[in-house]
Amino acid sequence: MTPDVEAAVADAFRREWGRVVATLIRMTGDWDLAEECAQDAFALALERWPRDGVPRRPGAWLTTTARNRALDRLRRRATEAAKLQEKAVLTHTDEPDDDGDDDGVQDDRLRLIFTCCHPALSLEARVALTLRALAGLTTAEIARAFLVTEPTMAKRLVRAKGKIRHAAIPYRVPPAHLLPERTGGVLAVLYLLFNEGYAATAGADLVRHDLCAEAIRLARTLATLMPDEPETLGLLALMLLHHARRAARVDDAGDVVTLEHQDRARWDTSEIDEGLGLLGTALRHDRAGPYQLQAAIAACHATAADAADTDWAEIAQLYGRLGQLVPSAVVELNRAVAVAMAEGPAAGLALVEAVEASGALAGYHLLPATRADLLRRLERHAEAAAGYREALKLVATDAERRYLARRLAETTGQG
Amino acid sequence: MRYLLLICADESVEVSPEESSAVPWLEEVQRRGVRRDGSRLRPVSDATSVRLRGGEVVLSDGPFAETKEQIAGYDVIECEDLDEAIEVASKHPVATYGTIEVRPFWEE
Repeated sequence: MTPDVEAAVADAFRREWGRVVATLIRMTGDWDLAEECAQDAFALALERWPRDGVPRRPGAWLTTTARNRALDRLRRRATEAAKLQEKAVLTHTDEPDDDGDDDGVQDDRLRLIFTCCHPALSLEARVALTLRALAGLTTAEIARAFLVTEPTMAKRLVRAKGKIRHAAIPYRVPPAHLLPERTGGVLAVLYLLFNEGYAATAGADLVRHDLCAEAIRLARTLATLMPDEPETLGLLALMLLHHARRAARVDDAGDVVTLEHQDRARWDTSEIDEGLGLLGTALRHDRAGPYQLQAAIAACHATAADAADTDWAEIAQLYGRLGQLVPSAVVELNRAVAVAMAEGPAAGLALVEAVEASGALAGYHLLPATRADLLRRLERHAEAAAGYREALKLVATDAERRYLARRLAETTGQG
Repeated sequence: MRYLLLICADESVEVSPEESSAVPWLEEVQRRGVRRDGSRLRPVSDATSVRLRGGEVVLSDGPFAETKEQIAGYDVIECEDLDEAIEVASKHPVATYGTIEVRPFWEE
């Protein structure tokens, strides 16, 4: 096979898998059949396209092929239920039409994503189903990404699909009164997917790193399907603005590089530009939600030449608004850091101490670590060292442990 | 689709009659025409659990499992899909202080 055709099939797989599966589920109501037929269609593409050439509209070719495979399989089953399904497939005529106006098909993907992310499914199941049905990852790939065995992941997917069928979870875009809440649920799944990948340090595990790319791709799809939902654009912007920094986050030794010390020349400017553009579009709706506010904070960092040049007052104000929408001690801690940068470490320390007094973040290593950093800047070295020691007892990852140990050594060296 | 709503609540928790009154809910499900059957149940102190072991009927006083919340009643509803069943269940008065378990019927 020529590399061109191979690339065309791989490209079609990435772009069309979710569409084909979504349409087949609507036609047959059968998730397993839909996946099998989509797989068949891509296998046939690998066989036919080198010989016949890549079709003008690969998506339509794949959907039609998958639909015909579904009819074949249903005919062979020859049961009463299969006959009913076959009839349903035959009566579905809304194939995408020639001028590329494929709203009907797009609706199917939206149906699929809302069904995968239905709140009656466990969060783990929502994530796994989204990656399988919509992104086309294999069970083995999803299992690797979430550090469980393949049989465990297979069981999780079977159970989720069983519940959708048996409990009659509807295959649809939720009606208006449920839409805001359910959209929030979908965004939460995509953000979790992104964070799973982002938390893994670069290069340590490529499969987990790929989760970021999948999350961005899914968010991009959702943003196309729901262009008037500013939080969807906000989430995509947030992901891009974080992802843009990935190359600078870890040094050659695998150690975490804090934002302040990152080599900003290594940030991905095209992702930053796209993120900023999306955020601008989102904010024009004048309905700033948590994702837009977080993206706006990320944008302040992304547009600053260095830490000193950063608009910390704006960041502090954005964290304040975020905290009003979703009250959280972590947000308050971040606000404290921004206030320390804008108004000086003493002002930040007062806020950190208030968070500590609330007891909300007991056991969270960044709480003593942040206090220690501010004390260090106030040249209260003995207290700073005590904070770093406290943080070291709580920290979980090696990279962060090394960072704190370095700071402790500096502090005790000066103190 | 038929669903069984298991109405579960902690029997030891006192609830005011206004809070626990199912009358508005019953009126709503009646109006929607989704409720097929249902009843409140006597407390678990009146329950008997029955098992047949080695050909012998073994009885025990009380519910089959010791849990914090007990089954206090049930309703059978017929709905379009799980979203409708969830909506009906969420309006049940016990949902505010107990739990409504929504179980689809085994239908083939």
